[in-house]
Amino acid sequence: MIKKTKFGVATALAVSLGASVAFADTVKIAFVDPLSGPFSPTGTNGYAEFQYAAEKLVNDQGGVLEGDMFEIVGFDNKMSPKESLIQVQVAIDQGIRYIAQGNSSGIAHAITDAVNKHNRRNPDDRVLFLNYAAVDPALTNDACNFWHFRFDANADIKMDALTDVMAKDEDLKKVYVIGQDYSFGKSVAAAAVRNLGEKRADVEIVGNELHPIGKVKDFTPYARKIVSSGADAVITGNWGADMVGLGKAIIDAGFDGPIYTYYAASNGITRTFGEQGTGHIYLVSEGAVNPPASDRTAAYVEGFEAKYPDHDITQPRIANTIEMLAKAINEAGTATDVVKVAQALEGMEHDSIWGGKLFMRPDDHQIIQNVDIQEHTSEGLQFYMDASEWGMKLVSEVEMAGMDSPTTCKMKRP
Amino acid sequence: MELVLVILIDGLVYGLLLFMLSSGLTLIFSMMGVLNFAHASFYMLGAYFAYQISRYMGFWPGLILAPIIVGLAGAAIERFGLRKVHQYGHVPELIFTFGLALLIEEIVQFFWGKNQVPYDAPEVLQFALFSIGTNEIQAYKVFMIAISVLIFLCLLYVLTKTRVGMIIQAALSYPRTVEALGHNVPFIFMGVFGVGTALAGLAGVIAGPQLGTFPGMAFLLGSIVFVTIVIGGLGSLWGALVASLLIGWMTTFAASYNIAMADILMAVGFEMPEDMSEHALRDIWSLTLPQIGPILPYLLMVVILVFRPYGLFGKRDA
Repeated sequence: MIKKTKFGVATALAVSLGASVAFADTVKIAFVDPLSGPFSPTGTNGYAEFQYAAEKLVNDQGGVLEGDMFEIVGFDNKMSPKESLIQVQVAIDQGIRYIAQGNSSGIAHAITDAVNKHNRRNPDDRVLFLNYAAVDPALTNDACNFWHFRFDANADIKMDALTDVMAKDEDLKKVYVIGQDYSFGKSVAAAAVRNLGEKRADVEIVGNELHPIGKVKDFTPYARKIVSSGADAVITGNWGADMVGLGKAIIDAGFDGPIYTYYAASNGITRTFGEQGTGHIYLVSEGAVNPPASDRTAAYVEGFEAKYPDHDITQPRIANTIEMLAKAINEAGTATDVVKVAQALEGMEHDSIWGGKLFMRPDDHQIIQNVDIQEHTSEGLQFYMDASEWGMKLVSEVEMAGMDSPTTCKMKRP
Repeated sequence: MELVLVILIDGLVYGLLLFMLSSGLTLIFSMMGVLNFAHASFYMLGAYFAYQISRYMGFWPGLILAPIIVGLAGAAIERFGLRKVHQYGHVPELIFTFGLALLIEEIVQFFWGKNQVPYDAPEVLQFALFSIGTNEIQAYKVFMIAISVLIFLCLLYVLTKTRVGMIIQAALSYPRTVEALGHNVPFIFMGVFGVGTALAGLAGVIAGPQLGTFPGMAFLLGSIVFVTIVIGGLGSLWGALVASLLIGWMTTFAASYNIAMADILMAVGFEMPEDMSEHALRDIWSLTLPQIGPILPYLLMVVILVFRPYGLFGKRDA
């Protein structure tokens, strides 16, 4: 009888233990980005990167806190601000406390606004907004708030770094700035003109123009203007088909200088440029993988390419986002009290898997990191893009870019 | 001055490309009396088929095979799709071609993905043939001009000098009479549809490396092709040619010269407002020619429809 009781207690204990393990919370992160429609290649690629980062960098290491696992939940926002807000609300209703989004600053503005309002009205289930790619400077300036964290260098910081590198080129005399006619294209152009004016007053801006976004059928006339202007270098914030069309037309027209871009890599762009792009296409980004910073970096990229052969690591900052969130949750000792997590994230310093340091600036929640200038090439590569023979190779690096960049952010803290 | 010459050549390339698309469409239109919304989709199919063939056999087999495959597909769609829908009137036909355009876009994305594919000009043509000033003219562009002109001459010869052409022209205007004379009019229609789509396919084959091969390429060019045939006059080959060249040069010139609206306004005697950010008409003041370039063809279409509803070379009302 006694034995039986003992056995019963042991069973009960085992069952309850098992239950507590089974109920170990999962920390869910809502990934709100386009998973269908014309912009879905970027969205699905980011989704894969998030899932891989959560698995490799957190779950395989034993999770956070007492073994809580990260789970990435995809929400398709169809690239629409309205749909995004619905999806964010659905995520919040499911008890998700972390919202990750990146494609389009317009959507990021809508989400940061909605999250701010939600947190004010519902102090019991607040959420954090992890912005991993929307680069409009305003998000960490006038439109900043305590709940928004940006893990990508903003457009101004990128341009600051790019022009630092360009300014060192003594032969640079004339620059042509061209972009898509909308807010981002305009802010890139403004930042380019401002930065070049400050750093190299002798450099002449021989062209500064915007073209209709997604409507230009033939970029040849623009390319002719650029070549005729005698420009030594071109700066563009174009993406997608506008990037490929413009780049190919410029090279075809006989331009032999560099084309500095924000988004001319992967998603079919690297493969389409192919041999033509060599020596012409440059990219300002972070987390260059050629050469990899360490064995850990290389193993991470290899693992990703093996698991997702159709995708590339296009947004290395996603790994930083996941690692820093995990670290913040561990420091805060909770995954549900996001105020504590946010306070842990503020001012956090972290060694990036891509090499170099990361610093989450507390004043405006803008991450400060090394910004790389990379070139499109087929030589000296360890990792390739678009399953092609080409990839991006590090040319120069600006350490802790924009560390002292000013901000107008005045956030209210809880 | 050098730039003008370069632009003339670039505009010619673009205009002739438009012509290859619009020539097929204008024939199909005058035959069916209905706009074929899917016409630009056949252009896209041509580019993708040629890309697929070029991966295994190189560019040149694709140049021949892809338009033939597209043409056969077009003929099959006419025979087994459009002809069945035809009896229900024009609106179902219109909806049919519209649905077809959406379907083809989805199919293309299904097989080739949403990203741009690396479809390139053949290596023998990847060099600068000559340069005007600092601007290089790629050999491939000259090749595009040659192909387009060749196609135009062939079409012109077939339609005006041969028996087949005469029957086609007759069938377009008086199908009942031609049928009564013992010709197989449905077969002629199928043939015209097939040749028209094959021309669109050929346009895709040679434009793909130049303008990019991606799922949005049909949509990008779709509307401008309709504008071309309306301006040129429905059913007129010469009209299609003239309108295509007109649009080609117009858009290329507009994109090439940064003439600002502010300069024009000030030249006519208006004064530049000092504080532009608050001015009610600031959008008009800050306009430049390249910005309004893309809408110029549509503007021209409206003007043509008002003053000459049957188009430049058309013989009947649109």
